[in-house]
Amino acid sequence: MLNTGTLKVTTPSDREVMMVREFDAPRTMVFDAFTKCELLKRWFGPRGWSLVECESDFRVGGSWRFMLQGPDGARMGMRGAIREIARPARIVHAETFDDYPGESVVTTDFIESRGKTTVTIVVCYESKEIRDAVIGSGMEHGAAETYDRLAEYLESASQSTTGA
Amino acid sequence: MHTVVSSRLDATFAALADPTRRAILARLATGEASVSELAKPFAMSQPAISKHLKVLEYAGLISRSRDAQRRPCRLEPQTLADASGWLDHYREVWEQNFARLDALLDEMKAQERKKRARKKARAK
Repeated sequence: MLNTGTLKVTTPSDREVMMVREFDAPRTMVFDAFTKCELLKRWFGPRGWSLVECESDFRVGGSWRFMLQGPDGARMGMRGAIREIARPARIVHAETFDDYPGESVVTTDFIESRGKTTVTIVVCYESKEIRDAVIGSGMEHGAAETYDRLAEYLESASQSTTGA
Repeated sequence: MHTVVSSRLDATFAALADPTRRAILARLATGEASVSELAKPFAMSQPAISKHLKVLEYAGLISRSRDAQRRPCRLEPQTLADASGWLDHYREVWEQNFARLDALLDEMKAQERKKRARKKARAK
């Protein structure tokens, strides 16, 4: 249908995760969809989860709060402060999950070209450790000796269970 | 199904966020061990270690033998393998979000077009 479905996810630095996605709409529209509660409620949240409460005061120093609800009634709260806002080009906000330690800073840039908008989201975690805990890349890169041992074990374990 | 995987991963990453628990996993990577064996290298009491083990067990990262008296802990490698594929999982979750956003933007564009057409009609 639309040639917009490719989401790129990369890790540009030790503490960051970056997502890039193009949308077939002008950036004022995309920016609104990212900042207005009535629009956010229409799309934001992992499958099975919906944004049931949304409060946002989208100005510098303002705060926002989301409550997501899962199919089994589980609730997950998120909140933070707006650090920078330049409609329709950029939002920088802090983000904390109620049940998870640490605050991340999310920078979202909206660039329009020929009626399409490229959105770049960079999530910066407090430390490499936290980011790695979140994305599990510590398992992949195994810099620490402990992880190397773990990787070796996993390899042998997966070989021995192949076909299972 | 997806939500099950996702909440399981949440538990996995919450479990992995703690350095003691990661150290316990690294120790278990060398072979199974009992609570007292695990408590030794960490200057921690057995109840404190047990608490960490409960979190790891809940996250599916380890399992504990039910029958043997020393109830040795062992690593569950599949859970870690799932976790290391998390960047893919992360992309998948966001891709679903963004597919919904695509649909919403289409709707917004259609509304915009209607509004413009109405304005044009009025201007005539």
